[in-house]
This record gives sequence, structure tokens and C-alpha cells, in this order.
Amino acid sequence: MTDAAQALLLARAQFGLNIAFHILFPSLTIALGWFLVYFRLRYERTREAAWLDTYRLWTKVFALSFAMGVVSGIVMSFQFGTNWPGFMNNVGNIAGPLLAYEVLTAFFLEATFLGVMLFGMNRVPGWLHILSALMVAIGTTLSAFWILALNSWMQTPAGHVLADGQLIAGDWLAVIFNPSFSYRFVHMMLASGLTAAFVVAGLSAWRLLTAPQDAGAQRTLRAGTLVAALLAPLQIVVGDLHGLNTLEHQPAKVAAIEALWRTERGAPLVLLALPNEAARRNDFSIEVPKGASLILRHDPDAEIRGLEEFEPDRPPVAPVFFAFRVMVGVGVGMLALAWFGAWRLRSGSAAPRWLLWAYSAFTFSGWIAVLAGWLVTEIGRQPWLVSGILRTADAAGSASGAELGASLTGYMLTYSLMLLAYMVVVTHLARKGASA
Amino acid sequence: MTLDLPVVFAALMGLAILAYVVLDGYDLGVGMLMPAATADEQDVMVASIGPFWDANETWLVLGIGLLLVAFPLAHGVVLGALYLPVTAMLIGLMLRGVAFELRAKAEGWHAELWNWLFWFGSFLASLAQGFMLGRYVTGFQPGFGYLLFALVTGAALCGGYVLLGATWLIGRTEGRLQKEAIDWARWGLLWVALGVALVSLATPFVSETVRGRWFDFPRTLALMLLPAASAVAWLWIWRSTGRLKRGERAAEWAPFGGAVAIFALAFAGLAYSMFPYVVIDRITIWQAAAHPSALWVMLIGVAIVLPFLAGYTVFAYRVFRGKARAGLYGH
Repeated sequence: MTDAAQALLLARAQFGLNIAFHILFPSLTIALGWFLVYFRLRYERTREAAWLDTYRLWTKVFALSFAMGVVSGIVMSFQFGTNWPGFMNNVGNIAGPLLAYEVLTAFFLEATFLGVMLFGMNRVPGWLHILSALMVAIGTTLSAFWILALNSWMQTPAGHVLADGQLIAGDWLAVIFNPSFSYRFVHMMLASGLTAAFVVAGLSAWRLLTAPQDAGAQRTLRAGTLVAALLAPLQIVVGDLHGLNTLEHQPAKVAAIEALWRTERGAPLVLLALPNEAARRNDFSIEVPKGASLILRHDPDAEIRGLEEFEPDRPPVAPVFFAFRVMVGVGVGMLALAWFGAWRLRSGSAAPRWLLWAYSAFTFSGWIAVLAGWLVTEIGRQPWLVSGILRTADAAGSASGAELGASLTGYMLTYSLMLLAYMVVVTHLARKGASA
Repeated sequence: MTLDLPVVFAALMGLAILAYVVLDGYDLGVGMLMPAATADEQDVMVASIGPFWDANETWLVLGIGLLLVAFPLAHGVVLGALYLPVTAMLIGLMLRGVAFELRAKAEGWHAELWNWLFWFGSFLASLAQGFMLGRYVTGFQPGFGYLLFALVTGAALCGGYVLLGATWLIGRTEGRLQKEAIDWARWGLLWVALGVALVSLATPFVSETVRGRWFDFPRTLALMLLPAASAVAWLWIWRSTGRLKRGERAAEWAPFGGAVAIFALAFAGLAYSMFPYVVIDRITIWQAAAHPSALWVMLIGVAIVLPFLAGYTVFAYRVFRGKARAGLYGH
């Protein structure tokens, strides 16, 4: 491997590590913010101490997650320049304002009202405290709006024009509401909802394993289960629509997801396979005949374009293929557990211990699905950074392999420590329960 | 008359960075002062910055974000040249951010570990920021002398943050801790005097451009107002902390105000030294600026958000005014 290729790989690994670490926390806090609004409102309505305890406990989890998101988010704002200077030089006139709006409208809304929400309960009137919680939730959601607008534009660019030799926005509405934006945004919001629902349910179950009588934990287990049971099927429908949208705009990504190397009519659905990049075929596969044509075109004999049509600008197949199956697999598991749990917990019956264990095991399942889905969409876009406009290799910076390697090691150690500490503290908090 | 957008954005970026340096400066300074305090005092110190540090750090995102989006060309050059100190700063900020949240939730030796990491992260981030400032002013030139200069700016900035942190504590605490904070502030003040003197004396020698800016009679006479005003602010802090120390009447927030004034004046001097370069002697703000259409869109957003931002920042500081006590802001 040449030095440049190695530096590019390290730059991608480092940025990927940072963004993967970062995405864990927003994907939880976006929806957890709305859970908090709900808990706070319930307390306002009922004035029951249990709701207040519940609100306080989950505020702690939220604060910790939010802090992790803030600090890893700061890293992102630097790494755009250090790792991908070509990104801002080429598409900065579009990416810049979207990022700026994210920081302006959302970040400040969150970080400032967060102080009042976390520490101001006894210092401001009740309505203002509720408003702060609401602002934080709106802020996290708006953050996601702008970031996903930018990411979607990188996937399916629209609304840009060339002027004075630079790429600029011709129509901002077309840039923001580009062809894949609405699907991606809803998909991500639902993913966040599911992530938070399983964290709430999972940690509550963890608490109930030691304190089965904890009324607050019983309530939050129920709340998490209900939200998950509602969102999981919705997510499957939206995910399918998102996939059809991808087929239309990024057919190479879908071909990689399905591990279809050749264009054919009546293409099979490859359930499992060992994609062989060098030989451009699957070494082993389990297939459902005509399945891909049926699912993607709703016609068993329809033609599906294979990877051969996109050579050499096609994504690597194996990571996209496997990540997609992990995402779907975890998603199906979440659906099953949420529905079974909702049925088992109906009319206030207590959950059996094995179900509590199952919920505990699924606490961070949303993270796995989010990361897998993110790998599918980002690796599936390669070799492009911005589809058809800018190649990843052309955006890389001048940092040497040694600099990248040293800082990558530093980040890895820091992130491992942070993630370990985070999970220990969160589970510890949950074990102690709301009244602690 | 048309608006010179790159100048507007340079001013906004400068304001955001100054706001960051003053705001996160005091909480980084409080972090660096941790080892000087007892365990009970540490809890009060952390409580005094609890509601603010999240928002304070977002100013860094705004400042760097403006560099990224308004001057994309410079963002790559500046942060590429500062790759390793940026990494060190970010790791420092992450460690202290997490340690801040975890120190209260941990027990036994864990709590000690997070206390230590909170101090270490604060120190690492401060030193790295000062080091970057030194590298930035000298245009990232290679060589031992330039690195030494950057280390001195790093140490000087740590002193400045300690001064900000200690004067913040004077305003926010009472009793024994407040008395100690007065002593810390006076040590910080001496440290700052030494650091600023060294940096001010060295800067004209490490940068010809800066030398030309400052030693250009008769302009030099007018420019001497900046160091003169800094000296007044310095003496003002010295005097007010002296009065507080002796238990005489003095405004408790006066030292902090003086420290902010010193930072603002030093920043003005820096801005004067640099303008219109965003990378000294190499890239001006006009060369580095994004397309006017992109700048306009962002300016609209800034114009809408900035008043709100200022409004609720003031609001948050009003809500949490008064003396800090351990556990008061525990969540």
C-alpha cells in the first residue's frame, strides 16, 4: 500500500471512529429528550413524587449522554478541517451553511436551556422549567434535521449550481429537501426513538431484577416497551421506503446491500453469502429465487442492475452486505421483544425474570442497529464523498500517516475509557433506581 | 455601500473566540485549581461552574465552526498545521467533560481518579490552546525557538485561565474558599504579568509582520494605549483583591471584571497584529472566504440567532446567580 493510500485509510478510520462514537449519544439523547418532557409533564399533572424521581433519574442519564455527545461533537468540528480539507474547499459553500445552522439554531438551544433544565428546577417557575426541557428536546431534533440534510445532500445532491468556478447553492430548499432527505430523517428519528425506548426499558428491567417492587421502574419499563412496540413496525415500513428511494438514486449501494454482481431479470434475494471482491462473485450463498426483484420492484421478473454496471465506481460489497444484515437482524429482534413485551405486560401484569433479562440484554441494541445502518449508508456511498461530485480520496488532508496513527491511538484509548465509564455509570445509576 | 462579508465574519469569529476564551477560560481555570483545594471545596468549585460549562464549550464550536464555514481554505491550513495540539486539546476537553459528570457519581478511588482527570484534562486543554496560539501567531514556522515560544504562550494562557478561574470563585463563593481564591488570584496575576511580558517582548522578534505593525511611529504612541490599559486592569485586580483580603469594602466581582478586561485587551492586540491575515503572511480573510452567496445565507442565520443567544445567556447567568454551594446544582 502506498503512503498516500495508507494515510487515506487512517484518515477514514479515524474519522469513522470519531463519528461512530459521537453518533451513539445523539441517537440516544434526541428521543430521550422527549421522554424527559413526558416524565416532567406527568409530574406536573399528577404531582406524584414517583414521577419526579423518574424524571430526575433519567435527567442524570441524559446529562451524562449529552456531555459525551458535546465533547465528541467538538472533535467533529475540528476533524472536518484536519482530515478532509478538500471537503470544505469543494462543497463548503453548501456544507458550510448547513453546519452553521446546526450549530446556531440547535446547539445553543440545547446547551443553554440544558443548564436550566438540569439545575434550575428549584430556581425557575415550573412552566419555565418545562419549557426548558421542551427547548432541549426541540434543539436535539433540530440538530438532527440539519445534520441529516447535509448527509442526505452528500448522498443525493440536488439544488446546486456552478458559479464563478465554485459549487454554490442555486436553490436552498432543493438542497435541504433533496431526494433522500425526508426518508433519511424519518428513518433516523425512528431509530433514535427505538434506541431511547430500549435504553429506558432495558435499564428499568435491570433495576427490576434487584427491586421488583420499584413502581417507577415498572412504569418506565412499560413506557419504553409501548414506544418501542409502536415505533418498530413503523421503522420497518419507513426502512423499506428508504430502500426503494436508494434503489432509485443510488442503485450501486442497493446492489452492494444485496450482493448482486450481475444485472439480471428475476434477481434472487441473497440471504447470506461470502462476497468475493477479487473474483466479483459470491463464494457461497443462500438465495430466495426472484426475491430481490419481488421486494425491490414488486415484480418477480423485473430487472435489477448488478454491481458490474457501476465498475469501477462501486462500493466494497462485504461491509455493506453484512452491516445491512446486522441492522435488519437486530431490528427484527427489537420488534419481536417489543411486541412480546407489550403483550406480556398488558393490563399491568408483572414481567417474569427471563423477560427482564431479555430487556437488559437489549438495552443498547439500538446502538448496534444505528451503527450498522450508518455503515451501510456511508460505505455504500464510496468511492464518493459527495455522490458524483467529490471523491473521498480527493478530499483527504496532508496529515502524515504517523500523525494520524498517533492521534488515532490517543482517540481510541480515550473513547474506550469514556465508553466503559459511561456504561458502568449508567447501569450503576439504574441499579440504584430513581429513589436513590 | 456593500457589506464586506469576510470582514463581518472575521469580526464574528473573533467575538466567538473571545467569548469562548473568557467563558471556558474561567471553568478551565477552576479545573486547574482543583489540586489546591480540599475535597469539600472541590465540590463547591465544581458546583460553581456546573450550569455553565456545556454552553461555554459550545462557543468553541461556534468559533471553529465559523472558521470552517466562512473561511474553509484557512480551516484546513490552520487545523492541519496544528494537528497534534488540536488532538491533545480535544482529548483534554473530553476527559474533563466526562470527569465533570462522573466525579459526582463515582465513589472511593473512582472519585479520586475522576478528580485527577478533571484537573489533568483542564490543564492539557489550556496548555494546548496556548501552544496553538503561539504556533498560530508565528505562522506555524518550524524550529526550536518557535516551539519554545509556543510553550511560553501555553504557560501564559494557563496563568490567564487560573486568574479567570480564581476571580470567578471570588465572586461565586464565600468563607474560607473565597479567601483562598483571593490568594490564588494574586498568584495568577503575577503569573499573567510574567507571561504577558515575555510573550509581548518576544512576539516582535518572532514575527516581522507584527513588529512592523507595532513599531511604526507615530502610530506606536496610540497603540501604547492597549498595554497601558492592561496595566491599569492589572493594578485594579491587585488593588481590589488586596482590599478583599484585608476585609475592606470592595466589589467581589471587580477582580473578575478586571481579568476579563485583560483578556479583551490582549485579544484586541492580537487581532490588530493579525488583520487582515487569517494565516499570517500567507492567507488573507478575502482569499480564504467562502462564496458570497454562502456567507449571506449564514449571516441571516447569525442575525436571527445572536440576539436570542445573548438574551438567554444573560438569563441563564441570572437564574444561577449568587453563591455556589456543594450539591446545590447536583442532578
